[in-house]
Amino acid sequence: MQRKTFLRGLIGAALLAGTSPAAFAQSGEPIKIGEINHYKRMAAFAEPYKKGIELALEEINAEGGVLGRPLEFIFRDDQGDPGEAIKIAEELMTRDGAVMLTGTILSNVGLAIASLAGEKKWVYLAAEPLADAVTWSAGNPYTFRLRASTYMQAAMLAEAAAKTDAVKYATIAPNYAYGKDAVAAFKEVLTKLKPDVEFVAEQWPALFKIDSGAEVQALERAKPDAIYNVTFGTDLAKFVRDGNTRGLFQGRTVYGLLSGEPEYLEPLGDEAPEGWVVTGYPWYDFNEDDGANKTFVDAYQDRWGETPKIGSLVGYMAAESIAAAIAKAGSTETEAIRAAFEGLPVETPVGQITYREIDNQATMGAFVGTTALQDGAGVMVDWTYLDGADYLPSDEEVKKLRPSE
Amino acid sequence: MGLFLAQLLTGLANAGALFMVASGLSLIFGVTRIVNFAHGSFYMLGAYVGYTLMQVLPGMVGFWGAILLAGIIVGLIGVIVEICVLRPVYSAPELFQLVATFGVILVIQDLTLMIWGAEDLLGPRAPGLKGVVRILDEPVPQYDLALIAITPFVAFALWYLISKTRVGILVRAATQDREMVGALGVNQSWLFTGVFFLGCALAGLGGAVQLPKGGADLLMDFNILTSVFVVVVIGGMGSLPGAYLAAVIISVLNVFGVSYMPQSTLVLMFVVMVVVLIFRPFGLFGKEEVAGEHGQVGEPERPIKPAGLRVRMLVLAGLVLLGLIPVLGSNFAEVLATDILIFCLFAASLHFMLGQGGLVSFGHAAFFGGGAYVAALLVTYADTPMELAMVLAPLGAGLAAVVIGWVCLRSTGVYFAMLTLAFAQLLWSLVFQWGDITGGDDGLVNIWPSAWASSNTVFFYLALVICVGGILLLRHAAHSPFGYALRAARDSARQAEAMGIHTKRIQWVAFAFAGAMAGIAGGLFVFSKGSVFPNELEIARSFDALIVVFLGGVKTLSGGWVGGASFEAVKDYLTRFEYWRLALGLLIIGVVILAPEGIVGSLRKLGERIGFLNAAEDKR
Repeated sequence: MQRKTFLRGLIGAALLAGTSPAAFAQSGEPIKIGEINHYKRMAAFAEPYKKGIELALEEINAEGGVLGRPLEFIFRDDQGDPGEAIKIAEELMTRDGAVMLTGTILSNVGLAIASLAGEKKWVYLAAEPLADAVTWSAGNPYTFRLRASTYMQAAMLAEAAAKTDAVKYATIAPNYAYGKDAVAAFKEVLTKLKPDVEFVAEQWPALFKIDSGAEVQALERAKPDAIYNVTFGTDLAKFVRDGNTRGLFQGRTVYGLLSGEPEYLEPLGDEAPEGWVVTGYPWYDFNEDDGANKTFVDAYQDRWGETPKIGSLVGYMAAESIAAAIAKAGSTETEAIRAAFEGLPVETPVGQITYREIDNQATMGAFVGTTALQDGAGVMVDWTYLDGADYLPSDEEVKKLRPSE
Repeated sequence: MGLFLAQLLTGLANAGALFMVASGLSLIFGVTRIVNFAHGSFYMLGAYVGYTLMQVLPGMVGFWGAILLAGIIVGLIGVIVEICVLRPVYSAPELFQLVATFGVILVIQDLTLMIWGAEDLLGPRAPGLKGVVRILDEPVPQYDLALIAITPFVAFALWYLISKTRVGILVRAATQDREMVGALGVNQSWLFTGVFFLGCALAGLGGAVQLPKGGADLLMDFNILTSVFVVVVIGGMGSLPGAYLAAVIISVLNVFGVSYMPQSTLVLMFVVMVVVLIFRPFGLFGKEEVAGEHGQVGEPERPIKPAGLRVRMLVLAGLVLLGLIPVLGSNFAEVLATDILIFCLFAASLHFMLGQGGLVSFGHAAFFGGGAYVAALLVTYADTPMELAMVLAPLGAGLAAVVIGWVCLRSTGVYFAMLTLAFAQLLWSLVFQWGDITGGDDGLVNIWPSAWASSNTVFFYLALVICVGGILLLRHAAHSPFGYALRAARDSARQAEAMGIHTKRIQWVAFAFAGAMAGIAGGLFVFSKGSVFPNELEIARSFDALIVVFLGGVKTLSGGWVGGASFEAVKDYLTRFEYWRLALGLLIIGVVILAPEGIVGSLRKLGERIGFLNAAEDKR
């Protein structure tokens, strides 16, 4: 992986040196960022993410880099193992000369690096992990998070659910921390908005080992008005197929956390569920009115010859955030970068986001819409972009949730 | 009533693919005694090959044809693996072949990623069987009914093959006594290849036949592996009716578990397995293993003796070099060396149990992770200082080993191994599920060393002293009367007992001792990483240790730590490349073929040949 990156960097540098006058403005060593991810174990998610980063880097460096120096990412595979990630983080920071860390999709790996970052006083931008703990219960001053957390996305769906007549809800979520957080947050917000709701069944299939026939039967037995789904990946595909076959979704609204993301919707093909209210990424629907969103999608398709996933957007925004933070810091010293991240505004494809000072959480929001079938593929229609800043608890509550400050 | 019946049918349908894969594993083990870790990979290949064929072959005939073809193709791939990888190592120590199959897993994972890409593939639906049938007003998918109908046919065909044909007679004979079959003039190697073909074809069939209920993805190899092992063990290794019955029991119980105890999904089958093995130590239809009675395959093990002067000097020089790392190397070298040292102690503790005691544990991570969690919980909830937590970690792990060992040692051989796996999994799910205390898979974070040990250099020296001390202690134990008794119990339980050795008790003590040593490694680990997650209790962690022990050499004294150090160092280097799993897998297979006695065993032979070491013949 490194060699490939190196070669690519070499070719890129040669091209830049030959064509772009901006290249002459760059001087000195590149600024290195350590990027740790599960490139093998979660290849379907990590590859688009990496391509997003690379696109952003090419754009940043074509415009002269950061602080007059080119920005460079060192990509490393951690096998999805927290202990391995810690070791790699040490190597990136102490041997390879990285100025800060970013990466990971799995929350547990993200939390491990966050803990290390707090101890060693290294800046870490958790790009993709969703666990609330990253910025709250296990948060620390050196860890920042880009994506809308589990709580934020669940709150968006709960708000949509509160507007309907449905009273009896059933939930299905993978049996691990993300699933549990997602159900707890949905219940909390929905009960607050609509106190008479009732949760009639909670199903907890093992992650990526769903017994979908049995789960569908169990949900059907509870006769809910609506269903809240947190399953994803292969679990989601099996759940949707069995649910469709056995008629579970007839006459019921389903709220699907992340179910609208291309990573999960595309593999379903013409079996994608219709009429689900989901969070996701409707890149196919952007037109000239959507400004930066459209620009990013076009640039991505031009560069890679494939359609973007939500991971592509997150990777792109992560690189942009880091460039913005270092530019604001004016140096590559850890303390300067950390201070720069606090309250940092970043212009991104989805609009301006801010890294909140109170809990280091970015205000990146999510697209919420309804699923439909168009030309044999699942898409989101009637979507809106909801700003993450509106779906976070009050400042007092956040302070209570974040013991480290 | 309707719902009950529908649930029963769902369970029976799920049993179909599970039975096919499990019967393949069971057949392979029964005849070749190979614990085929790569069986899940063949299942995954079946799904991918079947998917591709279904895109090409049209209609109903095409669909079923694709499933059959997928089975045959995967069977042929299995034959290639058997001939190229396993044949050279049949004479290696028992269970050594599982290391080779582990290498096969890695190779298949990367090749599959290269060929089919990273995105999950949703299986096509079966033509003509897309709808549901209403039974007592409950919807039952037609394809489920088809599966329920097909499975008995497959089972019947297998049964006919095994019990009514000449091939079957040979297979059964080989299951009971391989050497005798060979002595009677049957070409063993082709019999083995044939059985491997059949077993892999069944796995491929299982993968293809489940496509309409799911699809093909890159995680399915490991995801099915544990359930398949559980089914085979509950049924009894080598028993086809047992595999069928166990697949049905597990699948049906799972369906009802989902409905009435939704949280049970992680543990149910392991609880069933433990219960079954406690009452029937060889599974429902299994027979007592007789493999050990004929002695071990391969050349007899040499009596152990203390290392000679040259080796001691060599080790001393190595230790001095290690101690100089902070002076000569970088900060990262210290971190890497600390990691490797901890892993070496963990591997050495398993090696002691496996090499000296002959106790193959598939669940040793229970004690490594157990020790780590004991330390982490103490720090999190009682603000225990690091020093005390590190002392209590092995105590906790040792205590767990005392309890788990008591239950597991009721069985032997592969059943013992599976019981240890089950307990490791139970511990894992306890930690995973009990989020309020253990943090679930968000783990426990911010567990850092005391101020005096917080620099990487000091912690490295701490790890160096503790790990090297631990490894020497394990080595010393092997030379003590306890070690002699343990080896006696391993080599011949009957004779050892006749000499007055309480073999079970000796093994029990060894189990607890090895558990405690793994706990020390776990305690160190948690402070070196600052956090702990259920990953440290996972099956994959147990397998890591198992692999390195075999790679290092079971029948040597230092195989554990040498294997651990080489494996970790190589892995650290290889993971920098894109297709590192392919490279690592090929490397493992290469070592297995070239050095069937493990790294240390083969180095020793080499050393004797060039005259550096005294050969075994001229004993002092």
